[in-house]
Amino acid sequence: MAGVLKISESHQVARIDSTSRIDRSKPIAFTFDSRTYSGFEGDTLASALLANDVHLVGRSFKYHRPRGILAAGSEEPNALIRLGKGAYAEPNLRATQIEIFEGLYAESQNRTPSLKFDIGAINSVLGRFFPAGFYYKTFMWPAAMWMRYEHVIRHVAGLGKAADDHNDPDRYEKTYKHCDILVAGGGAAGLMAALQAACGGARVILADEQNEFGGWLLGEADIIIDGNPATSWIADVVRQLKALQNVTLLPRTTVFGYMDHNFLTLNERVTDHLEKRPAHLPRQRMWKVRAQQVIIAQGAHERPLVFSGNDLPGIMLAGAVRTYVNRYGVCPGKRAIVMSNNDDAYRTALDLCRAGTTVLIADLRAKPQGPLVGAARDAGIEILEGHAIIAAYGTRRVARVEIAPVDNSATAITGEILHRDCDLIAMSGGLSPAVHLHSQARGKLQWDDAKLCFSPSATHEPSFNIGACNGSFDLATGLKEAVRAGTKAALATRHNVISLTVPDVTIAKQNWHPLAAWKIPNGHLAGRGPKAFVDFQNDVTASDVMLAAREGYQSVEHLKRYTTTGMGTDQGKTSNINALAILADALSNEIPNVGTTTFRMPYTPSNIGAIAGRDIGALFDPVRLTRMDNWHRSHGATFEHVGQWMRAWYYPQESETMYEAVNREVKAARTTAGILDASTLGKIDIRGRDASKFLNRLYTNAWNKLSIGKCRYGLMLKDDGMIMDDGVTTRIGENHFHMTTTTGGAAGVLDWMEEWLQTEWPDLEVYLTSVTEQWSVATLSGPNAAKILQDAGIDIDLSPVKFPFMSMKNGHIGGLPARIFRISFTGELSYEINIAARHGLALWTHLMKVGSAYGITPYGTEAMHVLRAEKGFIIIGQETDGSVTPHDLGMDWIISKSKPDFIGKRALARESMGNDNRKQLVGLLCSDSKTVIPEGAHAVFDAEQPLPMDILGQVTSSYFSPNLNRSIAMALLKGGHGLMGKTVYFPMLDGTVLNAKVVEPVFYDPKGVRIDG
Amino acid sequence: MLIIPCPHCGPRDEIEFACGGEAHIARPLIENKISDADFADYLFIRDNPKGIFLERWRHSAGCRKWFNLARDTVTHEIIEVYPTDSLPKKAAARTSYSSSWRRHTVAEKAAKIGKHSQTEGTK
Repeated sequence: MAGVLKISESHQVARIDSTSRIDRSKPIAFTFDSRTYSGFEGDTLASALLANDVHLVGRSFKYHRPRGILAAGSEEPNALIRLGKGAYAEPNLRATQIEIFEGLYAESQNRTPSLKFDIGAINSVLGRFFPAGFYYKTFMWPAAMWMRYEHVIRHVAGLGKAADDHNDPDRYEKTYKHCDILVAGGGAAGLMAALQAACGGARVILADEQNEFGGWLLGEADIIIDGNPATSWIADVVRQLKALQNVTLLPRTTVFGYMDHNFLTLNERVTDHLEKRPAHLPRQRMWKVRAQQVIIAQGAHERPLVFSGNDLPGIMLAGAVRTYVNRYGVCPGKRAIVMSNNDDAYRTALDLCRAGTTVLIADLRAKPQGPLVGAARDAGIEILEGHAIIAAYGTRRVARVEIAPVDNSATAITGEILHRDCDLIAMSGGLSPAVHLHSQARGKLQWDDAKLCFSPSATHEPSFNIGACNGSFDLATGLKEAVRAGTKAALATRHNVISLTVPDVTIAKQNWHPLAAWKIPNGHLAGRGPKAFVDFQNDVTASDVMLAAREGYQSVEHLKRYTTTGMGTDQGKTSNINALAILADALSNEIPNVGTTTFRMPYTPSNIGAIAGRDIGALFDPVRLTRMDNWHRSHGATFEHVGQWMRAWYYPQESETMYEAVNREVKAARTTAGILDASTLGKIDIRGRDASKFLNRLYTNAWNKLSIGKCRYGLMLKDDGMIMDDGVTTRIGENHFHMTTTTGGAAGVLDWMEEWLQTEWPDLEVYLTSVTEQWSVATLSGPNAAKILQDAGIDIDLSPVKFPFMSMKNGHIGGLPARIFRISFTGELSYEINIAARHGLALWTHLMKVGSAYGITPYGTEAMHVLRAEKGFIIIGQETDGSVTPHDLGMDWIISKSKPDFIGKRALARESMGNDNRKQLVGLLCSDSKTVIPEGAHAVFDAEQPLPMDILGQVTSSYFSPNLNRSIAMALLKGGHGLMGKTVYFPMLDGTVLNAKVVEPVFYDPKGVRIDG
Repeated sequence: MLIIPCPHCGPRDEIEFACGGEAHIARPLIENKISDADFADYLFIRDNPKGIFLERWRHSAGCRKWFNLARDTVTHEIIEVYPTDSLPKKAAARTSYSSSWRRHTVAEKAAKIGKHSQTEGTK
């Protein structure tokens, strides 16, 4: 590749000599916005771009302002990148977390046509017209226009673009794990705690979102632990942990959710950082961990300072600047201004100074002092005490600033404005502990008025907060907490403890109490002057927050939704406390009284693919197949899903349409014989002393007197009187029944019966066994059904007298033992032949072979539906929807008057059940006999009435009946039983109106003369 | 996600279980004729307390047995697991049982043989 050859290290103009974590012997070429750059192994995309002096990496969400890299970790709000091409493309990834590899392809987002020239930036000029709540205020009226507004808004809004091809070609996995102790975060405290917890044998998982353990220490140059540089201590601890069999180390793994009873979810990025991804590895893996104890060592996030123009590229968090200098060997600027309200940023100033950058410190504090301040003075760094940057300017990168003296609380400018040029601002507004996991698990927070932060108080789950996320920013304190928590957690999980010594830390002493300075004045009236950003990702300014407060949004939860502050992919990691403090100030209230918004999972955005894992496509849900399935497939059947079952829908021959095929199948079943695979019907074997007593309570009709070998149709109600399921149940023996349920309802019915037996009537002795898959069932239906069975070699007398309708016989067909039920869902002479499941295919092929002389025709579920609709038989879930009673269906005959009780009996006696205006089942004959009214069509008396129309009800089943040579339908209509002979109308979506006559819902053979063939 | 101690199988993940809602809802005997309004207490009205709640669970992907659970709806702490046909033993769970408004409903009284309802004028 010619492009790669041209690359040389010399392009990395911002690279400096330092003891960094990058491997300078391994250069890497990558592409950002169609330009090729070089970096080194160990670089993130952010550090490599900065090394190439690229600061402008994106455009902002609302105003399309140029934005650069703010942070160095997962809290990054600005540098959102679209990574990869085609189906592999993934938007909104943080450049600060992307490890570069050879050939990496990245694009900036939210710009048209290019990053440097973006037409959307006009929004920035018009910014005064886009205040907080702009959409709510502007697009409210007229309501009917919302659909049109929404289209435009959706096009303009949003961050990155998803992959064009939505079929993610990558593979993901899920894994489950139990452990004694999970340590979330592998910085100094996390490493120490993991070692302490594990040394006595406890099973420990240590997860960290970065590519290597060590956290913020990796970006520090001047910290000595036990006499060695911090990085040596890290390497030593990691080596000890690796040697322990009971420890699982998970780098590149974010603990993103913390749920009840110490259940945590982790996202491991297994191969995202690799150029060549081994086929045997998933791209990402989601861990579902149940831990007995959790140690949270998430660290802290640095806060930006809120001053005018604070969002320009080249303005970064001070700690991040230090990380780029020390960890990545990148100096992000040559003329830097460090602006701070605390001591910590002085360490950045010192490191920048060592890297050869000219540094000026603007300290908001009037009289800063201490060893770090002294060291900065000694290094010859100019310090402007009690000064603030009041405005920053530049086009695509910060170029100059206005600095002014401010009063003690940094609310007013007190003197002359200085003008300075710069190409980097390192700002520090203090640290906010990352209390996300602690809060997700409903731990409590308390406001620390000295450290100006929320830190954890009481935990809810068995867990510990240690180090910076506990508000203990001082390293030595954090390590002490780590040893203590590791010990306690090990003891709580009943493990031995070998007490480790707290490492000795040498670090310049610093004051962790920053100055409260939330909104830096800019010399203009409130709301005027250049914008000062609170939330970079959502383009929320300090004046937006103050405006929201003036407009009455006093709750922080309301503020969040009105201004969108704290939303987006970063969920306000850098902005929440600033927004809160400015809101509190505007309301003249205290920060703890204003409160925080709710912390929810995920901590950082997690790939849906990883959450789904392998449960996609064919593995999303199990598919159940009958034993005859192969026959159906090889005979061209189309299939439909019924519950988890795949059922043959119809069997088209040659060029037949569905309509033609179904008509042929339906006719065959009435003229000669059809055969249906009914194996999927739910089957429950019921035994026990009280079996008939139980059925009596379960069904609406009487079961005591059913004699052995006889079948009966039953309706099951819920206790609210509504139909739940139906089916035929047969008495096999005195205390033995065979129940059938609907295909989709089988599992639910078994659960239902178990529930009553276990919880309401434990005194009944009844045993239930699901036998759905133990029986294969072929239903032979039609006038020639008996003849085919004779020819197939049956040893049962099939004469209607000997084997009447609604009875069961055991016998053999072609030598195979079978249980045969004379029941019918078609109205024709019909036999449901149950056979041991393994003989299903043999029975089917035998019957097909024998039946061919009679023109036996396999029919699918569609023909079954037409056949039963011709007879007016209901289907649960089609004619019923959980609000339909037996009376509504005209099935009063199935309600026993003599039984003392059954499930649903009392509810059927409720006053409202007698209401004549309930929806009742009727038949419909469309005036145009060739038109099939669409199922779901709404019926009205008057199609000309004004909207909204008075709806009578809806069509539940509708088919063309080839036997009647006309369309038929069933419907649930208000007061339907009283509407016989009336005409109802169906306004269609295309403006036409159908009309139909209301009739009894039995269309074919209403007297039932065909049942005996 | 809860860890639920199944009385038969031991502690298992919540995904193995199905929640059956409020426990101790006695089904009125049909011979104790009660009004529609009283019957509605049994059929439709469910408690939703802040604090200890006695509820029914089924180990649906395990032993398929029903059991009762005393759970704190605020903290998700599981206080006691006990059989469906008995009352909890722990004092806090017992208080939850005895202080429920349901203990005073006509529907619950009508679940016992020989008890009669308001409509039959025995009260």
